[in-house]
Amino acid sequence: MVKTHQFDAIIVGAGGAGLMAALYASKGGANVAVVSKLYPTRSHTGTAQGGIGAALGNLEEDNPLWHAYDTVKGGDYLADQNAAKVLAEEAIDAVIELEHMGLPFDRTPEGKISQRRFGGHTSNFGDKPVRRACHAADRTGHMILQTLYQQCIKHHVKFFDEYQVVDAIMNNGACAGVVAMQLGTGELTVFHGKATLFATGGWGKIWSVTSNAHSLTGDGAAVVYRRGVPMQDMEFFQFHPTGIYKLGILITEGVRGEGGVLINGKGERFMEKYAPRIKDLASRDVVSRAIYMEISSGNGAGKNKDYVYLDVTPKTVNRYFAEAGDERRITAEDVEKKLPDILEFCRVYLGVDPVKDPMPIQPTAHYAMGGIPTNVNAEAVLDEHWTVIPGLYAAGEVACVSCHGANRLGTNSLVDLVVFGRRGGKNIADYVKRADFVPLPPAPEREIEAELNRIRNGKGKTRPHELRSAMQKEMMQNVGVFREEKGLNGALEVVRELRERFSKDLTIDDKGSTFNTDLMEAWELGCLLDLAEATALAALKRTESRGAHSREDYKERDDANWMVHSLVTRHGSELSPSTAPALTINVNKKVDMSLAEVDPRFAPKVRTY
Amino acid sequence: MDVTFRIRRYNPDIPGKNKPYWQEFRLADVDPNDRVLELLHRIKWEQDGTLTLRRSCAHGVCGSDAMRINGVNKLACKVLMRDINGSKVQVEPILGLPVIKDLVVDMEPFFGHYREVMPFFVNDEPVPANGRERLQSPDDRAQYDDTTKCILCAACTTSCPSFWANGKYVGPAAIVQAHRFIFDTRDRAAKERLNVLAEPNGVWRCRTIFNCTPACPRGIEVTRAIGEVKLAIQRGTTTGIVDISTIHIKEPT
Ligand SMILES: Cc1cc2nc3c(=O)[nH]c(=O)nc-3n(C[C@H](O)[C@H](O)[C@H](O)COP(=O)(O)OP(=O)(O)OC[C@H]3O[C@@H](n4cnc5c(N)ncnc54)[C@H](O)[C@@H]3O)c2cc1C
Ligand code: FES
Repeated sequence: MVKTHQFDAIIVGAGGAGLMAALYASKGGANVAVVSKLYPTRSHTGTAQGGIGAALGNLEEDNPLWHAYDTVKGGDYLADQNAAKVLAEEAIDAVIELEHMGLPFDRTPEGKISQRRFGGHTSNFGDKPVRRACHAADRTGHMILQTLYQQCIKHHVKFFDEYQVVDAIMNNGACAGVVAMQLGTGELTVFHGKATLFATGGWGKIWSVTSNAHSLTGDGAAVVYRRGVPMQDMEFFQFHPTGIYKLGILITEGVRGEGGVLINGKGERFMEKYAPRIKDLASRDVVSRAIYMEISSGNGAGKNKDYVYLDVTPKTVNRYFAEAGDERRITAEDVEKKLPDILEFCRVYLGVDPVKDPMPIQPTAHYAMGGIPTNVNAEAVLDEHWTVIPGLYAAGEVACVSCHGANRLGTNSLVDLVVFGRRGGKNIADYVKRADFVPLPPAPEREIEAELNRIRNGKGKTRPHELRSAMQKEMMQNVGVFREEKGLNGALEVVRELRERFSKDLTIDDKGSTFNTDLMEAWELGCLLDLAEATALAALKRTESRGAHSREDYKERDDANWMVHSLVTRHGSELSPSTAPALTINVNKKVDMSLAEVDPRFAPKVRTY
Repeated sequence: MDVTFRIRRYNPDIPGKNKPYWQEFRLADVDPNDRVLELLHRIKWEQDGTLTLRRSCAHGVCGSDAMRINGVNKLACKVLMRDINGSKVQVEPILGLPVIKDLVVDMEPFFGHYREVMPFFVNDEPVPANGRERLQSPDDRAQYDDTTKCILCAACTTSCPSFWANGKYVGPAAIVQAHRFIFDTRDRAAKERLNVLAEPNGVWRCRTIFNCTPACPRGIEVTRAIGEVKLAIQRGTTTGIVDISTIHIKEPT
């Protein structure tokens, strides 16, 4: 018999979303276990830099309805408008609450939470950039993660650190918990819960140039996907315009918020051409495409003309401020104070000092808009009828609620974590009071144990990293910023072939049980391959361009046919099918338009910045 | 260029490898801009998958991969080959914590000390009646800015000879975490924390050896923070101790 733990609520993942959910579920009286493959403070939330958006209006007039508008427009009208409204309204209270938990926000001279500009955030329905991003230097995510972890310690939340969830236990269409491997011992453990919330973050490691951590391998999404839960809107993966050239390390939009500008290889500021009104602060999909267009028309910088510059040197910034009649001026000291981490990344990894020289940048795979479909209560849903999957919840980047639609605005992910993490936690606390445990099926660990043993004892010739880099390269080339039919078909074929090799020809070195990261990295690769396939398929199916999904063969947004979410479902329950499993894609789930129904400003229109 | 790695290994699962030993690996085509973490990955992925380490963010913010690199505590993702003299890199687990396997140590004792100092915000007074944030001046905020940067990587604590000598000493990282709250004007539990740190295994075990400050990958002035906590204990107050005019913007190490 494997070890079995029973808790009211199992929270998988200890980033911002998981910790917020855990805190609220336990404050609401539930007996909670947080299961995380990393120590909580190692979670990727800690790398978020720029800020968390909330219409506090501390520095200039602001309004949650404007925030909702920017979110819907930024999402290229694919965001569910009820979710965008919840996000914008509850952001205010959530941010204030973080402050009450001790989060050290930067302060205005009067001692209020300081706010800065960020891409796509405007006042008065797109009029002009607004200061909405609440920040703690350029380590806002670090402060959120630390603060929430601290509060969980204060409230005696039970943590299972370095336990990696490898399977979801479903029984008759309901979730009964998870199977996890304790990394230190290699032992499998069953967590039996009335409610299970996945908050495992994104899967940027599908691509070769990414801002994402090595640990962002989409485990939580893949685990439930293999058990029949659909993946929603997988074709929408955001490429952030400003990653450090080649390394992909993120340079926050906050740099442009402070006045930084994008400059091509000829020394020209080019965003004026693509977004005449708000220029460098247009939303991310727009800026990433502009950079690619500059590069493909020969305006890139460097030997291979394959990158552009982000310039935050006071000389350049002040020149453009003056030209625009903007009264602001910045000094080297301001830059040092407001963006210390960014300066350090550039100095350490590039040997470039951004106070004196522009930084070489390129778009980097950054954020999964898609994921486990949920309603605004963080309950996972199965289909276009919003059928709730009993006992299963999701929040944060792994979830698709969908408040971000086809393209997430900067600062809105951190809002998403705290707003929907909190909703998830509160709902779980209520649910476990009235629900019973779903019975565990016999030996729930057996199948995944067999799969892990298959990987461990594989007698093939292929090392996991060969497959991983082949997948990353293919996805970067054909399922990146620009896509078209031929490339997408090719990518699907490549990914399927790689998966076949994964299941028939794999070999790893470490056969042991103690801290076997060789085994877990190989297992994670399987997750990435499954999600890459779903991504390519959804991208192929969507014959339009919208937000982060840009088809060269279908350049226009097609509102007549595509105001719908996509749902990819994998059929068959083998954990590692050796041939391509049957996938179906459902495109009947209509976008929620509840704001547009009462206010025509929320109806889809051409998106200009 | 060609590089030779000399790595301290230990694998409890395999007879013959279940005592610490050194192993060498050679890598060709190394770029001066390659991070040590990337090179460890190359060894793991191309040569020996049993090599075990923790890592996540790969850019110095998650605190997973503190290790001793050429005898000094560093984050492997923050050391580039061009920072290393010559073409030999020696890598060992951080000292003072039990080794689980290769470069992975048991972090529990470290997090245990962290939890001892009440590392969480305490203020039970009612929040402002208008429902908004508590106010704090930029100067008050600046007092504890430096210590909010801590990523709990343990590089400081495991570079400290006092900690090596006595694992019960809470260690620099826990004191840094306490400092973050002690000097936060909104917090109300400074006294309790100072009491914990005034105990025999608290700040007074610090002999101002200074190893911790250069070890910090976040550039926190650890020894200064410890000094401020000592002063607060001696004076019985937290006001007038941090001189913010001397908090300067540091060139990164
Ligand atoms: C460099 C960077 C900068 C960013 N800056 C901003 C910003 O300024 N503003 C903003 O709004 N957003 C920003 N984002 C986006 C935002 O940070 C993320 O979307 C968000 O932090 C995701 O949080 P999460 O709680 O969903 O997951 P994460 O923080 O990624 O946490 C995932 C958790 O799941 C656990 N986990 C994963 N797999 C398993 C498994 N198999 N078993 C058990 N546990 C598992 C991990 O241990 C971890 O605890 C940024 C992202 C990046 C990469
Ligand atoms: S891997 Fe995150 S700090 Fe090095």
